[in-house]
Amino acid sequence: MDAVFSNFDEYLKAFGLTIGLFVVSGIASLVLGTILAVLRVGPVSILNKAASLYVTLFRNTPLLMIFVFIFIAMPVLGYNFKVVENIEIAGYNVSAFFFRACLALTLYTSAFVCEAMRSGVNAVPLGQAEAGRAIGLTFSQSMTLVILPQATRAVIPPMTSVMIALAKNTSVAAAFGLAEATATMRGFTNDNADERIGIFLFFAIGYIVVVEVISLSSYLVERKVRVAR
Amino acid sequence: MTAQETGTVSAGRGEPLVVLDGVQKHFGQLHALKDIELTVKRGEVVVVIGPSGSGKSTLCRTINRLETIDEGTITLDGKDLPQEGKALAALRAEVGMVFQSFNLFAHKTILENVTLGPIKVRGMGKAEAEKKARELLDRVGVGHQAEKYPAQLSGGQQQRVAIARALAMEPKVMLFDEPTSALDPEMIKEVLDVMVDLAQQGMTMVVVTHEMGFARTAADRVVFMADGAIVEENTPEEFFTNPRSDRAKDFLGKILKH
Repeated sequence: MDAVFSNFDEYLKAFGLTIGLFVVSGIASLVLGTILAVLRVGPVSILNKAASLYVTLFRNTPLLMIFVFIFIAMPVLGYNFKVVENIEIAGYNVSAFFFRACLALTLYTSAFVCEAMRSGVNAVPLGQAEAGRAIGLTFSQSMTLVILPQATRAVIPPMTSVMIALAKNTSVAAAFGLAEATATMRGFTNDNADERIGIFLFFAIGYIVVVEVISLSSYLVERKVRVAR
Repeated sequence: MTAQETGTVSAGRGEPLVVLDGVQKHFGQLHALKDIELTVKRGEVVVVIGPSGSGKSTLCRTINRLETIDEGTITLDGKDLPQEGKALAALRAEVGMVFQSFNLFAHKTILENVTLGPIKVRGMGKAEAEKKARELLDRVGVGHQAEKYPAQLSGGQQQRVAIARALAMEPKVMLFDEPTSALDPEMIKEVLDVMVDLAQQGMTMVVVTHEMGFARTAADRVVFMADGAIVEENTPEEFFTNPRSDRAKDFLGKILKH
């Protein structure tokens, strides 16, 4: 236990990075996944197919392989994303490692977000879209004004599961040079082999707290936006 | 009805407004619409009746292209129905539609349901749209429910809101797809009263319904459909007292007996 308490700032920093990876790739995959879902249900056939190819490709590939591709194969092909290190946000420079990890997590998670979102869109009765079209709304208007607001409400429980999976999936980044929670835990146990169980418990509790915060906020959002039918 | 609307209606009364010519529609093996020829004149109330599965709803839905057609042409006010995209959206704004299942936007209040079209499609200001929406809601008798959500209203009230929502777009023609079929008997009357009122004020209407009373009182013409084809067209008086086709005689014999 001492190992954690005497290095508590490192422990917090590690979970800070885990949360950072989760928040950045979470927002990015919600945006990308929603766009993909709209393309999949939209009227343009070529975009339907492109979006569904994307989902097939990234949902069916292990996350670890996407990480390997982005961290190892892409630099060989000349894409190392070093340019992002020139970008400064709130006094911090974005590291290429952080960017690559978020990219891999986003590519993977957005496929799941797309499918969760699509199930939400399908849960909205067809009549709602017809009524929207009947008063002259365009496809994008009826999506943004009528379908998606109602789909979002139906989609909160499955989307929460996708987000919880993402929070835990950030641990894959441990193998690629990011000192997030799992990598830090490994460092701690290597240095303090006699305290392994205690260290493990502390990090497990950290993950539990992060996930509980996600599911609690989803519960609050769900109560707030509930709609009567 | 606004002065402007009644003005345009009376000015062109009697001209063809909706023209269906040689319309064919298939659902897989089923020939849902067979060579439909139908002209609806400005200010006319056409009631479409017929047994279930005869294609009446499909016919109604093709007029604002919620159903596509395989062959033939449909024109509205002399213009062909556009294929897709912005032009089609613009056309739909000119055609009011009332559904069997009301289809009010579940996440929006009654007032927002009525103002959404005018604000987002017509570009009307919020204050003006709300003023107009309240007038329409008062006219259909649900003005005091404006702040509620659809699920808090009865079926009859919801359907009257749906009529107000369609009217807010100042449509050239109103389509009613079995507007009272999902309602309790008591509520049917309140919806039909609004529709009769609308017909008397000169609105062009295509009404798919099983309400024979409405057909008798408000229709200028009854169109009888069976198996995807128009079998008979006549004035309500003639149609109900002296149907010409055997199919219509059989249908009327079944429904008017009780």
